[in-house]
Amino acid sequence: MLRGYWRDCGRAKYRARMYRYDVTDKTLVRQRVAQFRDQTQRFLKGALSEDEFKHLRLRNGLYIQRHAPMLRIAIPYGLLSTTQLRTLARIARDYDRGYGHFTTRQNIQFNWPKLEQVPDILAELAEVEMHAIQTSGNCIRNTTSDHLAGITPDELEDPRPWCEIIRQWSTFHPEFSYLPRKFKIAVTGAPQDRAASLVHDIGVHIVRDDSGELGFEILAGGGLGRTPIIGQVVRKFLPREHLLSYLEAILRVYNLEGRRDNLTKARIKILVRSLGIEEFTRRVEAEWDSLRDGGLRVDAAQIERMRSFFNPPAYLALSNTSPEAGRETAFRAWYRYNTTAHKVPGYRAVYVSLKKPGVAPGDATDVQMDLIADLADRFSFGEVRVTHTQNLLLADVEQGRTYELWQSLERAGLATPNIGTLTDIICCPGLDFCSLANAGSIDVARLINERFDDYDYIYDLGEIDIKMSGCMNACGHHHVGNIGILGVDKGGEEWYQITIGGAAGADASLGSVIGPSVPKAQVAETIEHLLEVYVEERAPEERFLDTVRRLGIKPFKERAYAAPIAA
Amino acid sequence: MPRRLLRDAKIVVDEWRYVTEAATDSAAPLIVTLAQWQLEPDTWLARGTPLGVVLSPAQHVEQLAPDLEHFALVAAEFSGPSEGRGYTQGRQLREHWHFAGELRATGYVRRDQLFFMARCGFNSFELSDTDIADAYTAFSTFTAAYQPANDLGLVHKLRTRVSAAGAPIAGTLT
Repeated sequence: MLRGYWRDCGRAKYRARMYRYDVTDKTLVRQRVAQFRDQTQRFLKGALSEDEFKHLRLRNGLYIQRHAPMLRIAIPYGLLSTTQLRTLARIARDYDRGYGHFTTRQNIQFNWPKLEQVPDILAELAEVEMHAIQTSGNCIRNTTSDHLAGITPDELEDPRPWCEIIRQWSTFHPEFSYLPRKFKIAVTGAPQDRAASLVHDIGVHIVRDDSGELGFEILAGGGLGRTPIIGQVVRKFLPREHLLSYLEAILRVYNLEGRRDNLTKARIKILVRSLGIEEFTRRVEAEWDSLRDGGLRVDAAQIERMRSFFNPPAYLALSNTSPEAGRETAFRAWYRYNTTAHKVPGYRAVYVSLKKPGVAPGDATDVQMDLIADLADRFSFGEVRVTHTQNLLLADVEQGRTYELWQSLERAGLATPNIGTLTDIICCPGLDFCSLANAGSIDVARLINERFDDYDYIYDLGEIDIKMSGCMNACGHHHVGNIGILGVDKGGEEWYQITIGGAAGADASLGSVIGPSVPKAQVAETIEHLLEVYVEERAPEERFLDTVRRLGIKPFKERAYAAPIAA
Repeated sequence: MPRRLLRDAKIVVDEWRYVTEAATDSAAPLIVTLAQWQLEPDTWLARGTPLGVVLSPAQHVEQLAPDLEHFALVAAEFSGPSEGRGYTQGRQLREHWHFAGELRATGYVRRDQLFFMARCGFNSFELSDTDIADAYTAFSTFTAAYQPANDLGLVHKLRTRVSAAGAPIAGTLT
């Protein structure tokens, strides 16, 4: 049974500070449900062929996967109200097998829905201002952002109002719904890049020009997949009112010039690389000339209206404290690793780790989702965020209440103190679920967790990330992992290629392959060898990434392959 | 068998002929390809009938633009279900080159694409006979839009053009 969103909001103590649908937004999402219901019925009646329906369902996040359809639901820039999270929990319970998978693009996927029930799921989502629009297919996908937006001390400006402006512009865009390939945009507002914007088709960075005016630096042509490339600057400074017309110009050049003859060469990164950034930029600027003064100009009133949705909550006047003082070791470790600085004194942002050993990274059960929603209502103004590292975040927790929150999370298996460490693994669903995958991912994550279960050792290693993909499509971002793992199919067996030295932040770099791939049973051991070299060679306070950058891959490679690799 | 198409939301019999179809009907308005046109424009003009031209996905609107005044119809070709260049070609023709004649979608055209095609300025659609009867319903799939395009009155409300006070500002279609 549907529960009224507004009634729920009234019952909740807080109204989440996020974009709220007006009558037009609601109408559009409901019309989309009706459209998709009609398309599904035509398919089930045989009026649409398998192939014709594929092109339609893919625009609505619906894949046909190994076991069943997979439905990907958009979580715009990772922001959820507790009412929305409870709806996701209910969908997991009623239509799936009691869990969902949070992705690197801040979305959630369900792996077991029935095709004929998908229109009903979408109808339930529409009631809480959610949808699956453009979560797959060759169109502009969910815009992603910094999960610490609005609360991080080093931010120039909250990027989320701009994300919403982009979300609306890109939704049902009539010209860009049949692009050569998928298209991903990330927006950040802080010098530290927590959205992997350099490996997006377009990266939008909020920056200041010499006169102190806020605007955007625009990058294009980044991407992972078969041909990983770091994005390049198209424009150093774009005045804010021109954001949409400039994006439209880039998309128009891409729509006309991007390759359509070869799927693996169809992303914008290939176009930018083949034209060169200067020629690409020249074409974009020429197109922009004819668009810049048209109807896409974003005026001050629009910016203000959008900002008003993201106003800060009613923070209390508090001072910073040391809640870990005198508490047990487990809490101190959790506080150190799973909480992070907040710009308001007395508050802390708290990660909810979805990386418990033995559980598929990014998975949460319906019971956990309901609990997290309750905790967000009690501790964090009724809002939950999804991080691109596949964890959740409660953004606004009073420092003095973190101990109480920790106790609840700990009981639910959501307080594994490993954020930013070796076992905070980014991982795609892999061969277990995905029909594209060559090899399993979840299993490898489990094996790594089994080998590295000593937290003293993990903490001693410090900041390090492992990213794993089950195939070249790189959903697990393996190219930009400090340690990257790529599943490959070798004569019907699952083998793994390992890279080191990748990074996804403002200093993004692509990892280098250390050598021949290794069988599943030797992945964790190989990683152990790499870490031995790091521990022996590191300078004081030096991160794994920096040691690799300083020494190159040679010593790591030598150690990894000192003993023969055998299946 | 006369070809039927959806033009200005009505099912009509097509009076236009492509070059391959025109042998028996020298008085009919004629659609040539851009290459055929460029090879011998005077021959086609001498025919004295209205002329149309087919733009293939890879051809640029700029190649056609200098001669646009000679054409009463432009047909953009959609070569398959994932072909999307025609959407940009349509908007460029309407918005940049101010083409006011018939803008036709030909090739792989299905009812589920019509809403976006129409928003990009297309007003006629070559649909299969099985698709054509109900296809007009596609124009009312959505009653509002988030971005300005070339709507020809299709979309009643443009969401992004509403100011903080909720009052419509420049660019609103009503």
